[in-house]
Amino acid sequence: MTASDKKPSTPLNPHPGVKICGAPSHAEVIRTPGYPREEIWRKGPVAFIECVEEIPCNPCEGACPQGAITVGRPITNLPVLDAEKCRGCRLCIASCPGLAIFVKDYTYSATEAKITFPYEYWPLPAKGQQVTLVDELGEAVCPGQVLQVMNTERNKQTPLITASFPKEYFERVKSMERLRS
Amino acid sequence: MKKFELAVVGGGPAGLSAAIEAAKHGVKTLVIDENDRPGGQLFKQIHKFFGSSEHQAGIRGVEIGRRLLAETAQLGIETWLNSEVVGISPEKTVWVVKDGTESLEVQAERIILSTGALENALNFPGWTLPGVMSAGAAQTMINIHRVKPGRRALMIGSGNVGVIVSYQLLQAGVEVAAIIEAAPRLGGYGVHTAKVRRAGAPFYVSHTISKILGEHKVEGAEIVALDKRFLPISGSEKTLEVDTICVATGLTPLAELAWFLGCRFHFIPQLGGFVPDHDSHMESSVPGVYLAGDISGVEEASTAMEEGRLAGIRAAASLGRLSPEEANTLEETVWARLNALRSGPFGAVRRQAKESILQKEGAIAYDSVR
Repeated sequence: MTASDKKPSTPLNPHPGVKICGAPSHAEVIRTPGYPREEIWRKGPVAFIECVEEIPCNPCEGACPQGAITVGRPITNLPVLDAEKCRGCRLCIASCPGLAIFVKDYTYSATEAKITFPYEYWPLPAKGQQVTLVDELGEAVCPGQVLQVMNTERNKQTPLITASFPKEYFERVKSMERLRS
Repeated sequence: MKKFELAVVGGGPAGLSAAIEAAKHGVKTLVIDENDRPGGQLFKQIHKFFGSSEHQAGIRGVEIGRRLLAETAQLGIETWLNSEVVGISPEKTVWVVKDGTESLEVQAERIILSTGALENALNFPGWTLPGVMSAGAAQTMINIHRVKPGRRALMIGSGNVGVIVSYQLLQAGVEVAAIIEAAPRLGGYGVHTAKVRRAGAPFYVSHTISKILGEHKVEGAEIVALDKRFLPISGSEKTLEVDTICVATGLTPLAELAWFLGCRFHFIPQLGGFVPDHDSHMESSVPGVYLAGDISGVEEASTAMEEGRLAGIRAAASLGRLSPEEANTLEETVWARLNALRSGPFGAVRRQAKESILQKEGAIAYDSVR
């Protein structure tokens, strides 16, 4: 059975969070200053920074051409996203050594949203391919269609995958099920 | 006998950074490494590093390794590979066995020990069977030799090493059946655990391995839940079908040569066990002998490189290649970067442990540079 046959349980997946399950829960990410508010993401493409622990790291700050991400000093500060300035250009995604940034667009079409996520696995999906999109726990959420595979020099071997998927899973979708070679 | 102003033992991130810093200021330097290639663990570290741009954040470990080797070559630093240091005297005579056949003595004026750390073993029924290995061994197989250690692995330990190697196993096409952690909370950075989790590898906190299935090789593993006192809860056993078991249960400083030299030690569990004393210039209790990297307390490659620079600067200054003022100025910029890496809830534990070395009785004076 593929995810497309399954009825996803809920638009979100509650769980005990990053120190127990490995991945931050929705409750954990929405508390951070890197997660855009709903009234912003409903308007267009925007970065979702799922950085919930104060670790010494700041490349995202320098990667944003709009100056929409601030870490400041000390560099253990959580990144603060000025979602009004963010244009969803995706340059921050591969700059994040923790692969914790996603760009999502709720306005992609009347029924579908779009996500771009980092994907450092082989084989890469092909443009147009149907894939299974997953949540932060790696659980299948819904089918998605690959719109773009970007593997540019600038991203230093962190390919970016862009896929479309049904709007109702907007906040839950984080990545895709790995393809086995 | 060959003579050098500085002998650096161990050509990993700390040792190479130390040698580069010293050689930049004109110190005649020798790097001795037991491996067939310098760089230590850097060439296994295919992930992007954290930090800020001055720490080369966002650059993969392998690329940082390449940069260090290029700089080492550019400065003409003599490097002996396949060379083991088997003895060392307080007079700074270093006994080296090269290629397992040739015995050589080197006379140095200063010594930097950057020998790294050793992975801890874990004993459980079946731990000697083929298929059980340290996480570092699995990482060497996949990232250096390009060989899969197995088809499906169990990782024991959720610190950054266990989680990063789990990610790299997935990247190499090895399935990760589970990552188990005896503590009630995961140890590694959340961004590392999150990328492994969304790729489908589950974590089990408060769990340990109870036994291995299989007589001649690993054919499975039984894991068991632990109660608050870390005792197994009977009836909670689960069997996992795996052919590989990776152990990532911490590291211990490789400090034999410091013992040999008569360095003073302290036992600091947060830094991996017995750690040689050192001051804020990385000088040990034996004058002219410096430490850098995991030997001075287990941390990470980024901090090891900064410590190497401190040791290299101070070795150069003590040989008269830098004035005390010049050395202080250089050290201050390195300390600012080190302190940045040791900030935040993860870094604070290591920072406090490092600072505790300097506050122990009989410790070397803590001076203004810090």
